Amino acid sequence: MRTAGMLLAATGLSACVTINIYFPAAAAEKAADKVIDEIWQVPAGQHLPADQPTVPATTPPANQEPKP
Amino acid sequence: MITSMQPVSRCLGWLTLGLRHAYAVVKALLCGAFLSTALTLSAQAAADLDVNTPAVAAVKASMQSRHVQLLPYFQSGAVGLTADGFVAVKEPGLVPLSQRSALTALVKDENADRTNLYRGIAAANGHPEWEGEIQRTFAIRWIDKAQPGWFVQRDGQWLRK
Repeated sequence: MRTAGMLLAATGLSACVTINIYFPAAAAEKAADKVIDEIWQVPAGQHLPADQPTVPATTPPANQEPKP
Repeated sequence: MITSMQPVSRCLGWLTLGLRHAYAVVKALLCGAFLSTALTLSAQAAADLDVNTPAVAAVKASMQSRHVQLLPYFQSGAVGLTADGFVAVKEPGLVPLSQRSALTALVKDENADRTNLYRGIAAANGHPEWEGEIQRTFAIRWIDKAQPGWFVQRDGQWLRK
């Protein structure tokens, strides 16, 4: 009886361990969306640089004072 | 009288049974509690995938800076998104001869980064065996998020979005 109980408990424990190993499809999709948005740079509320030419990221400030 | 005593004796019967198997009852409760904790933990772990390890962040940054170079090729249709989560030169004729080798290198580097991205996310979450599933998930999402006019591969055919 006691050994049978122990055996049952061991089976239960190993079942708990195997439960964890499944692919979280929804989480993966969420992660993919986040990564793709970062790489393709689509932050919320901003437009895509679809019609921009390839310019370096650093642009001079707009309100630069004219040189004397 | 006998009928009114019946529920009481039945109740006592359950009580003695419960006491006799107290060890088993406690064990069952403990196992149940452990099981529910394990399930909760796995559910919490499943709520988010870690995509911010240094290795993954480096790949992302590299792909981010390359995207500026790839963008005109996506827009012209020279490069398209494949069904398996990579990019491919679809129409080399749209690119001047002088730029073609540079484009080939660009596509090759992009695909190397993408492999590292899928592998890196799987490893970052302690499941290297998830690489294939992560790649498949990305493949669908790249195509879903592609801008109108870009070429994407579906069922082995190139389609313009």
